[in-house]
Amino acid sequence: MSVTVPGPRRPREAVLDKLKPVITKRWLSPGAWRLEVYEQLDGYKALRKALKYSQADLIAFMKESGHRGRGGAGFPVGMKWQFVPDDGQDHYLVVNADEGEPGTCKDLPLMMNDPHAVIEGIIIASYAIKASRAYVYVRGEAIHAARRLRNAVREAKEAGYLGKDILGSGFDLEVVIHSGAGAYICGEETALLDSLEGKRGQPRLRPPFPATHGLYNKPTCINNVGTIAAVPHIVLGGAEWWKSLGSENAAGTMIYSLSGRVKRPGQYECSLGTTLRELIELAGGMQEGHELRYFTPGGSSTPMLSADSIDVPLDFDNVAKAGSILGTTAVMVFSDQDCPVVACWRWIKFYAHESCGKCTPCREGNYWMVRVYERILSGRGQMGDLNLLESACKNLLGRSFCGLGDGATSCVTSSLKFFRQDYLDYIEGHKTPLFDAEKIGAH
Amino acid sequence: MNYPEKIREQAEAILVRYPEGRERSALLPLLHLVQSHDGYVSEDGIAFCAEVLGITKAQVQAVSTFYTMYKREPAGDWLVSVCTNTLCQAKGGQKVFDALSDELDVGHDETTVDGKITLEHAECLAACDYAPVVTVNYEFYDDMDEAKALDLVRELKEGRRPVPSRGAPLCTLREISVQLAGFEEERPAGLEGNAQGEATLAGARLAAEAGITAPAFDPDAPLLADDGAVKQPEEAK
Repeated sequence: MSVTVPGPRRPREAVLDKLKPVITKRWLSPGAWRLEVYEQLDGYKALRKALKYSQADLIAFMKESGHRGRGGAGFPVGMKWQFVPDDGQDHYLVVNADEGEPGTCKDLPLMMNDPHAVIEGIIIASYAIKASRAYVYVRGEAIHAARRLRNAVREAKEAGYLGKDILGSGFDLEVVIHSGAGAYICGEETALLDSLEGKRGQPRLRPPFPATHGLYNKPTCINNVGTIAAVPHIVLGGAEWWKSLGSENAAGTMIYSLSGRVKRPGQYECSLGTTLRELIELAGGMQEGHELRYFTPGGSSTPMLSADSIDVPLDFDNVAKAGSILGTTAVMVFSDQDCPVVACWRWIKFYAHESCGKCTPCREGNYWMVRVYERILSGRGQMGDLNLLESACKNLLGRSFCGLGDGATSCVTSSLKFFRQDYLDYIEGHKTPLFDAEKIGAH
Repeated sequence: MNYPEKIREQAEAILVRYPEGRERSALLPLLHLVQSHDGYVSEDGIAFCAEVLGITKAQVQAVSTFYTMYKREPAGDWLVSVCTNTLCQAKGGQKVFDALSDELDVGHDETTVDGKITLEHAECLAACDYAPVVTVNYEFYDDMDEAKALDLVRELKEGRRPVPSRGAPLCTLREISVQLAGFEEERPAGLEGNAQGEATLAGARLAAEAGITAPAFDPDAPLLADDGAVKQPEEAK
């Protein structure tokens, strides 16, 4: 099934009302990345407010707000902060800014346009978990983001928001912006920790969990950069306000990153629980000549949904009920002109390239799935290949060391569920092969 | 291992960012640093990192070969990366890559004969709202197509530095590696580099034009209401 979504010039009022510019609001102010402009736009007010409370009160407040992680897993933030034991050891806050999940593109604009919001959020979170050092692990390629974050750290330090005895509170904090070097796996939190310790980025066995045994084996809280940047807004606005911005069971706003076959791709910050139909309307409708066929609700590691799910509220629970995962709300919109088999082939190539090699199911499974896809796409597929793909996925899902292997199966199993005929079309010779089998060595 | 004094000083400055006894954390920045000198991670660079950190060369190499941004062969001044992941590919990324490959007469991870330009296909560059994207030394050139991408590399070939859609004015791969090693951008124009593309602002602009704002709040309201009684902030410490 495919759906044509009308694209009115201006979205209907009820749909426009879904827009909730909070995190993205300052992006409109050209100089907001500079301290003096940031301060004029409520900057560092939340920090002054937060420092008046005890750590326990701040954590209780964050739990009350219902704020959940924006990095994909949606873990309650207050609970994560509480897991860090209050035991007098060195504590660390590590901010995951290794944005690289295919489709995901909201953290880079955030860091480039509003870096001080990230720094302010870091100071509040570090204070709450009693960390005196925080690291931001920025994806290496995100050089403009790192550049502006480093500038923000310097400005904040010069103004007394970082360093010793912050604003006379007795609280000390150093923040280091650490650039990675190109490895998707380092977005996995324990691989990130190993990478930050100067090693290959490979995931660690859990338990023990980072909350007690994290960076340098010390208690560590790892939060996504979008999660952290929301903190100052929540502290200023209050728990009830943050909850009121979302929908039932889903507090706050979410930046939906629309890409693909819509007229105006981009970042749309809306109430959590906005539907794809509404998002496409906000984005001006589908591109001319394209009909919606499938989409990912939150990046390539979340199972694709067909056009039937156009009215599913995109929040944690409803997307799970529809058979997928909210993930990073990276909504990639594909049309009748985007072959799902080709899309999956390219994604699996990505997972094969990014597999760290630590565990066999992921390292071998992805490698062989690429070969099966290439055989199918070169017109030499066999009927058994679909079972082969399904069986590979069964051996990956739940049997890989970390979420990368699980994530890789999402597109394969979901596309086989919705679009089996597309695979059969290549196998049965109804569709022109994408490659020359001889050229790519498919057999 | 003839590294100039400046590199040694920079290495020291990197080490002090990490707690005492945890200096190995400096390895990724140090590898970016030697790349800023040599244009790739050379044997000398590996030996230098090993010496600075007191670890073996094998340990350094195990790390340097894990990450794609560390180049194993001398790279050009201009690293042209074309996203060919699913979404960019659907919107023409592969065609862009193929056109550049023809124009430059190099394949993936190869450098032109004159040593100036290295071409690579990249995995998702986190700019899907600007697909298909190309980066040069990690600065963004958005909404590319074959013609625009060809213009871009022809300008590079002619020694010009085309202005990126988002990011700082171009500097060489060696120069950008200094920033990757964690040193601040020294060019004011670098910090000023544009970050506000149309897609980035799409939602915020739509809301502003429609006069939509998030509901107002009282920033001074106490954080917690406990058992119905409002908890007052602790007295100033």
